[in-house]
Amino acid sequence: MSTRTLPLLFINLGGEMLYILDQRLRAQNIPADKAKKADWLEEDRRRVMNDIITTMFNKKFLEELFKPQELYSKKALRTVFDRLAHASIMRLNQASMDKLYDLMTMAFKYQVLLCPRPKDILLVSFNHMDAIRDFVKDTPSILSQVDETNKQLIEIYTALSGGEFQLIRQTLLIFFQDMHIRVSIFLKDKVQNSNGRFVLPTSGPVPYGTQTPGLIRMFSCVGEEVKRLQFQGGGNYNASLREGSFEMYGDRVIKLGTNMYSVSRPVETHMSGTSKNSSQHTKVNTTPNPLAKEELNLLARLMGGLEVQKPTNIDSGFRVNLFATDEEEEEALISRPDDLSYEVLNIQATKDKQTNAELAKIMGEFGEAGEATPSSSSKGDDLLAMMDGL
Amino acid sequence: MYHKEKSIQIKSSASALYNNLSVLRIAPRCLTYFTVVHANVVNMVSASWDSLNYSHRQLQSKEGSVATSSSLIMQAAWCVLPSRDLLVLTSQKGIQMYESDGSIMVYWHALDTPETPTAKAVFARGIAAVWEKYICVGVSSGSVLVFDVPSKGSNITLSEVLEEHKEAITDMASECSGSLECIADLVSADDSGLLCMWKSGEDFQLLNKIPGFDTSCSSVKLWKGTVIAGYGTGQIRLYEGVTGVLHAEVNAHARWIYSLDIAPFTGLLLSAAEDSWVRVWHLTLTPETNSVEIEHMYNECITDTQMCGAKFCDGDGYAFAVTGYDLSEIIRYTQA
Repeated sequence: MSTRTLPLLFINLGGEMLYILDQRLRAQNIPADKAKKADWLEEDRRRVMNDIITTMFNKKFLEELFKPQELYSKKALRTVFDRLAHASIMRLNQASMDKLYDLMTMAFKYQVLLCPRPKDILLVSFNHMDAIRDFVKDTPSILSQVDETNKQLIEIYTALSGGEFQLIRQTLLIFFQDMHIRVSIFLKDKVQNSNGRFVLPTSGPVPYGTQTPGLIRMFSCVGEEVKRLQFQGGGNYNASLREGSFEMYGDRVIKLGTNMYSVSRPVETHMSGTSKNSSQHTKVNTTPNPLAKEELNLLARLMGGLEVQKPTNIDSGFRVNLFATDEEEEEALISRPDDLSYEVLNIQATKDKQTNAELAKIMGEFGEAGEATPSSSSKGDDLLAMMDGL
Repeated sequence: MYHKEKSIQIKSSASALYNNLSVLRIAPRCLTYFTVVHANVVNMVSASWDSLNYSHRQLQSKEGSVATSSSLIMQAAWCVLPSRDLLVLTSQKGIQMYESDGSIMVYWHALDTPETPTAKAVFARGIAAVWEKYICVGVSSGSVLVFDVPSKGSNITLSEVLEEHKEAITDMASECSGSLECIADLVSADDSGLLCMWKSGEDFQLLNKIPGFDTSCSSVKLWKGTVIAGYGTGQIRLYEGVTGVLHAEVNAHARWIYSLDIAPFTGLLLSAAEDSWVRVWHLTLTPETNSVEIEHMYNECITDTQMCGAKFCDGDGYAFAVTGYDLSEIIRYTQA
């Protein structure tokens, strides 16, 4: 449908990913009695965030992203985020990556659904951008990349009409269709029901530009108001808030898209009994050939722009666990229902020989631009040792 | 006024698209057909009036010479003409027309889709059957395609392209009162809220243009010359079609309106929006004073659901059905 959906999807999902990683990196902090190492860890956390944000806002990558195009399949987008999550020395196991992606997607689905007006999706995007800017405020080179992208967003999107934004929203909702993964933080805050569906309140401020329901006005042929009636709408609405700012800086007014995680609120997901709906959803996204040639080409062009930092030693790298313990993480991987698996593009997994070869070529093309600096790999080793010692 | 009946389960959930429910009542066979769009598939259910028998069929979007496609369907609706009923599907690639039970595709019209995607999306949306042998379909460019439909067979031809709208067509409606006195046969609506009134014929004639206020009109109906329009701001407005005089303005919903329907024999109006509310209104026309009045009759809240389709199941408005985003059922209500 809308050919301008992908940048918004990517930036918002990316923003959520950064919120979650930031929270997990802080949560895996070393206690104060190892003060010296804690300082070092803080610097490393910032480095991980900087590396991911730099990759996310890579100029060539964004150029591809901003081209008018249809949305990628869930599989393709998940592959992009897999790559992004590994753009630093940080490492995530399959189970943690799955959980990260579940959280990201459910969070953005929630934000899209609850946006008062379709145009507010842009304000949600700006909330994410504002937070990203804050993550890299001490690094001018990355900050300028982020600012450039922000300018591009303003240029392209502020001119769109409400109807065009609704089309973007409808495109996003098709992408998120039938996803009902339960997220602990949403359940606790009572914004999600136990069946995985979000709570849609029938109260609160109406969107900017809408009147509270209730008034009927009738006019004569010459335009005079001749009758006024009130009806009972049933909800409990009040007047809209002021409009949020669409400038580079400003009060966005809308809270959707701001960081809802903090160190003290861990996030868990439940793989609940929504298999029926999920399988219907995967059916929709399956064209006759799941790894259609066109999609591979798109992916290749997009990924070509992503410079991935590959550490010289595969074992080094700072591993992040999205679960409370390693055992939980392993358990989650084993017990994940088949129909909820993301089927990330995996060279071993593809059966088709030709596709296999093509994929290997694409994966190989991801430039090993920039070797990991000696200091970082030793830091990686130290970190790993420290984690083991906990 | 209404109470809930047993829902009809559908094979996949409804997508968030305007006017995402179409109903065809087949009295001689005591059946009602329903269609609900899910991404690139149309779910069709036929329900017997005794609620004992249901049968399902799924239709897929088409693309070029490929029978099944991933291209997204924007709308599905039955077109009732004097000689025949056709089921029309509009997608990103073109327009498909089927016999009313969805069994055979009788016509395919491909849209001009560019080689590489353009900033402005390309799709067809807005379907109306116009007296006495036309099916009109809207396009994202603002064009309205007029197809000439013979009383039987597949020799359907593109008769005319109406170029009046500049923004994407959202919905279209033909005069549904059955009265031959009405001057306007068709109203078309677009993303800017502009409404165009047309008279059908060998050459369609533009009768009037009612400007929008840069608010998308997502659903529109035409009854006894009165245009009933639902907007993204949640307002419903009633206009005199040929003159553009505003009869009434209702602050009806707290979110974007997705679907309107009118019961032509009684003047009952149904509205459904993203705010989870379905409302029933009543229109009264007084020809002597040329006035139109609207009063509110009934509310129903479908908890935690953003509505996307709402239709009366009969001409009196005795029963209605609704669909919601992510919901795999058609919820039904009948008068108590």
